[in-house]
Amino acid sequence: MPSFDPRIERLHISDNSKEELLSHGENWNIYEVFHQEKRGARHEHVGGVHAPNPEMALVFAKEQFGRRKRCVNIWVVNSADILAFSEQDEDMFAANLGKTYRDASGFRVMDKINRIRSQKKEE
Amino acid sequence: MYGGGYIFDEPDKKLSAQEQLHDDPEKLTRFEEKIQAGEKIEPGDWMPSEYRRQLIRLIEQHAHSEVIGALPEGTWITRAPGFKRKMALIAKVQDEIGHGQLLYNAAETLGKSRESMINDLLTGKSKYSNVFNYPAETWADVTVIGFLIDAAAIINQLANARGSYGPYCRALERICYEESFHLKQGQEAFASLAAGTHSQQAMLQDALNRWWPPIMQFFGPPDKISAHSGKLMQWKVKMASNDDMRNQFLDTYVPKVWELAMTLPDPLLKKNESSGRWDYTEPDWDQFFRVIQGEGPCNKERLDVRRWVESHGRWVRLALMKAGQRKSMPMA
Repeated sequence: MPSFDPRIERLHISDNSKEELLSHGENWNIYEVFHQEKRGARHEHVGGVHAPNPEMALVFAKEQFGRRKRCVNIWVVNSADILAFSEQDEDMFAANLGKTYRDASGFRVMDKINRIRSQKKEE
Repeated sequence: MYGGGYIFDEPDKKLSAQEQLHDDPEKLTRFEEKIQAGEKIEPGDWMPSEYRRQLIRLIEQHAHSEVIGALPEGTWITRAPGFKRKMALIAKVQDEIGHGQLLYNAAETLGKSRESMINDLLTGKSKYSNVFNYPAETWADVTVIGFLIDAAAIINQLANARGSYGPYCRALERICYEESFHLKQGQEAFASLAAGTHSQQAMLQDALNRWWPPIMQFFGPPDKISAHSGKLMQWKVKMASNDDMRNQFLDTYVPKVWELAMTLPDPLLKKNESSGRWDYTEPDWDQFFRVIQGEGPCNKERLDVRRWVESHGRWVRLALMKAGQRKSMPMA
């Protein structure tokens, strides 16, 4: 059965198909993409694109991440420029949830109020 | 949307078994506890070399499947019946290519470059879902692909989206969202033929008969011969067994085909009320492996087209790379 692909049927690309490989770096750099769903919302990381420069990264990011869902703005940043902590340092955040003095729930007011109320009643 | 359940494995198991020995047992325990607790693994985290290898293989082949999967449908864009179907098909094909990009991006976080993934596809070292080695001969084929193959892929992707690797889960979440319309437009186009004239019904039945064996093979070999171990399940790389996913697919979609008064070419196909699972004729797995190794009707065409696209796009990539060095003429 003949192919429906005009490249096969009319260009006959199969007649001289040869393996041509990509060289390293041919797909440019990776840019991380952050999109903003609506005005007032924060920009959120949604993925990455390959591009030769930031301007092209914006063009590709619009096509890749701004095509379907709601989107009003996009940021791109070269992946290599992002600095992050390593997994091994995760323990430095471990005490966060234990700091009751930094949390409203760590302060009990009602028991004091109740104590005063009951004292007043006794008087 | 096109991730099949079956992921082709390169025969270098010995090598990975050796690498495995070098994994630090303490780190391995912490890693497994994390997964057990339902936490996600992120790119910079320590991970066993076998986990990394299997994930690259899985995500990369999923990406290739999206890109190659766009080819049989892409040739039908100019032939789609009606303006709305043409627009929907263009949108769907663009989505599939976008999904390929999302997945390549997730695979890259594991340390394999985009260029080497594409090169492995072009040389045939890396595989893609076997179902795309078959031609879409009629418009009815496109509706069967859009309905049933998309449905099968969604079952696989929803399972994988609950896996342990963060970037893959996030990519799949977006993919599943985008695909909700793919399945629906496929089902609608399928149902229009089923509710159409006698010749439309006959065309649809013919397409179903041809596509049923590859669809049954879509989730991969039965559990009893599938090489993939409990380790991948434990690490939440593989989230459901091939047979379980196949059964889930049959459970949801066979009734949907039957209610449109179409038949499926398997006399044994029926739900076994006592076990709650489906009985069917076992697909021809020898033929499945032969097609993977290159004997399918479209293997050569798919790779020829893919290679042609890469080589004809090269001048654009190179021109963009040198954009800064280009001389420009004054405007006036």
